[in-house]
Amino acid sequence: MSRTPHAVEGAHPRTLAEKVWDAHVVRTGGEQPDLLYIDLHLLHEVTSPQAFDGLRQAGRKVRRTDLTIATEDHNTPTDNLFTIADPTSLKQIETLRGNCEEFGVRIHSLGDAEQGVVHVVGPQLGLTQPGMTVVCGDSHTSTHGAFGSIAFGIGTSEVEHVLATQTLQQDRPKTMAVTVNGSLPAGVSAKDLILKIISITGTGGGKGHIVEYRGRAIEELSMEGRMTVCNMSIEWGAKAGMIAPDEKTAAYVKGRDHAPQGEDWDAAVEYWNGLRTDEGAEFDREIVIDAAELSPFVTWGTNPGQGVELSGAVPDPERFEDPAERTAAESALEYMDLEPGTPMREVGVDVVFLGSCTNGRIEDLRTAAEVIKGRKVADGIDMMVVPGSAKVREQAMAEGLDKVFVDAGADWRFAGCSMCLGMNPDQLTPGQRAASTSNRNFEGRQGKGGRTHLVSPAVAAATAVTGRLAGPADL
Amino acid sequence: MEQVTTHTGTAAPLRRSNVDTDQIVPAVYLKRVTKTGFEDTLFAEWRDDPDFVLNQDAYRGASILIAGTEFGTGSSREHAVWALKDFGFKAVIAPRYGDIFRGNSLKNGLLTVELPYEAVEWLWDAVEADPGLSVTVDLAGKEVRAGDRSWAFEFDDFARWRLMEGLDDVALTLRDEDRIAAFESEREAWRPKTLPIPA
Repeated sequence: MSRTPHAVEGAHPRTLAEKVWDAHVVRTGGEQPDLLYIDLHLLHEVTSPQAFDGLRQAGRKVRRTDLTIATEDHNTPTDNLFTIADPTSLKQIETLRGNCEEFGVRIHSLGDAEQGVVHVVGPQLGLTQPGMTVVCGDSHTSTHGAFGSIAFGIGTSEVEHVLATQTLQQDRPKTMAVTVNGSLPAGVSAKDLILKIISITGTGGGKGHIVEYRGRAIEELSMEGRMTVCNMSIEWGAKAGMIAPDEKTAAYVKGRDHAPQGEDWDAAVEYWNGLRTDEGAEFDREIVIDAAELSPFVTWGTNPGQGVELSGAVPDPERFEDPAERTAAESALEYMDLEPGTPMREVGVDVVFLGSCTNGRIEDLRTAAEVIKGRKVADGIDMMVVPGSAKVREQAMAEGLDKVFVDAGADWRFAGCSMCLGMNPDQLTPGQRAASTSNRNFEGRQGKGGRTHLVSPAVAAATAVTGRLAGPADL
Repeated sequence: MEQVTTHTGTAAPLRRSNVDTDQIVPAVYLKRVTKTGFEDTLFAEWRDDPDFVLNQDAYRGASILIAGTEFGTGSSREHAVWALKDFGFKAVIAPRYGDIFRGNSLKNGLLTVELPYEAVEWLWDAVEADPGLSVTVDLAGKEVRAGDRSWAFEFDDFARWRLMEGLDDVALTLRDEDRIAAFESEREAWRPKTLPIPA
């Protein structure tokens, strides 16, 4: 099995995913799945305590503390840094701190300059680089695929396995290409693109595949935009999503804390240059999308595949041919309290949430700030702006973005997962409706009885101003 | 881990598709640091509804859950599997699962098998007509049986062997520790490390 990423003369042409996979196979063949080496293991407080317990019970150590890093994000408050009111939340945070100390794992705790949402922290430290294998007990680990890595979420049993062995037993996935031809029209973002893709494929459409996003529209995305696209790969069931690294990728990594330096940089770039799908390589499936046809996209239902153009309307469940889809649409509309045929632009919201591992990076905050600058959040609307990391927060403040949001009447918070998932104090109350830049509109995801419309940062900002789902063009 | 071969029991029909792991266990219950005691958190948002299938006396004691397609999509939380097990489920039958959930289930001895939508629908109708119907999920024979019907299912050979032997993954992998060490000795020197922390 070839460990070089470069095309091997006379050998079978390979996709990007196959190259990265091949370069990490410790053992293959026989009846067992491949044994895959893991380059980077990210930890947070929610999915790790039982894994550390498992190590303790078996008398095992963390095999590679130097390939492991932890932060606190899911459970943390964002209105202040140091008072965790819920004792069970506090215990979970303290358990992570204790485990990291006991096992020698690096941790960035609340108040630390590098604390933040785990998928924002890895790239900003330069720990996420092209051609790696990255895992975390969190399904949005697919984010790191934006660098041309194979990155995927794992369960707690697998977290324990990686801690103990730095490997995972994995069946080799199939490969799929999503080719986005042409350029995205002005005002259409990476978030709109990925929501559109999921609406085509459904929540299970990517199952068993590592997806490579390619084509001009993908190449034209910033690294932040690429992370948004790869982040939501899990929302259509893909094993992972990835994008071939290019000059933008290298420029993003260069100079960060853990970027290779000197001769190492040259060796790394030489390696990264091979990280692209060989000419003639075949994907198991391919989807082709024309970027020019896209427009801002929002969800109406209770899974990320239930979406429609912002210019569209709530669909009629009767029009779904598939009986499972029809039933799902009926129960989604009941939960969302929406009537078929209602234009999306007439849907009023109570809360706007800007943040998360999907859209909590500096570019997302800049985009939203540009829309809301000089305007006001509509009466009765709560807008919460939560930077993805302490570093993003610091940079945003250096650029004066905090002031733009505060002047508009929004709430400027500390970094964390916040309202993306209802396990910290930032939650919707029953019946409240949110426009959210996060990744999941599941029932109760943002708080029991809460209703979620997934949107881009630009749509979130415009919605905050009008109080109804809106794009910047509506202002 | 406990060995898993064949399970026979009564079944509860969950007539829903896209039951994501946020429905199986809402995030608010993920704060615990233990692996057990999650039975009360299972489908927590639906448990106030007297019509919800698991609140009906007829399905009390059911040990097999029959669900719609895309069961367990979404979040990687293994708590979803722990909650199903703690509640008393030994097996789930559905047309298709979220990948991470499926992997998690097999690491915890929760038998998750895939049957076509038609078979699931037959089973829904059958257990609604007769909640006492005995359903068998036979891992050894790769077959589900109920009444006078049976359906074969596909199951990865290695995963099946591991479940039937009750083997521990970490111990299995550590048999290859010399290969892991050999791989590490050849890793590219420029690959990033989290330690030491740069000054």
